[in-house]
Amino acid sequence: MQPRDRRELGAIFAGGALGTLVRAVLSELFVQDPTSWPWVTFGVNLVGAALLGYFTTRLQERLPMTSYRRPMLGTGLCGGLTTFSTMQVELLKMLEHHVYGLALGYAAASVCGGFLAVYAATALVRRVRIRS
Amino acid sequence: MTVLVWIAVALIGGAGSVLRFLVDGAVSARFGGRFPLGTFVVNCTGAVLLGLVGGLAFNGDAALLAGTAAVGSYTTFSTWMLETHRVGEERRVAAAVSNVLLSLVFGVGAAALGQWIGVRL
Repeated sequence: MQPRDRRELGAIFAGGALGTLVRAVLSELFVQDPTSWPWVTFGVNLVGAALLGYFTTRLQERLPMTSYRRPMLGTGLCGGLTTFSTMQVELLKMLEHHVYGLALGYAAASVCGGFLAVYAATALVRRVRIRS
Repeated sequence: MTVLVWIAVALIGGAGSVLRFLVDGAVSARFGGRFPLGTFVVNCTGAVLLGLVGGLAFNGDAALLAGTAAVGSYTTFSTWMLETHRVGEERRVAAAVSNVLLSLVFGVGAAALGQWIGVRL
């Protein structure tokens, strides 16, 4: 295993701490019934996907690779803010409660919405190139 | 007490994010293919763990720290979507679609497995 860049890990830690804190506060404020639409997870996931699309495209394609902003904002903040595992457990609970339409709708809306969020944020950053 | 819990949430969330970065890197380095396997492995193992936490019926602060903070920060939705988008941009539609469908099928299956183990412990 190659030696790790400690500052890179520190940047991921800091971003991840903040993202997780925001998601945890929201999930405690708005406790949800397993048979209702999981707005908190849905919301943080779509916002996080849009932010990651923006940060990754901007920091990778538009700015020099000099800073620790990408590990902090992308891997840390967006990774900590969004969650895959909670979404899967929510889907499992919906299936267990036999609300199949809700499960299907939630899965489809999350995936389509998340994909569109990345697409739109990426296109926004690249708009100069797209126009030319 | 409550302040301590929230400080712990932030610290555990930071650690979960670093662990995700390391596991993703290790899996990608070893099985570096054209499919984003690192995130897939992270997300499926995280889904098992969160199912386990639910099955063990943690409540209150324990559920917040172990589930929402630790496992929630370890897994990621945003990178899953970003990688799907980037794979799709390379016109590898089959890889993009399978990344979505396999993650959903294995993700829910992994959560069910974790929960099944948890209620029996």
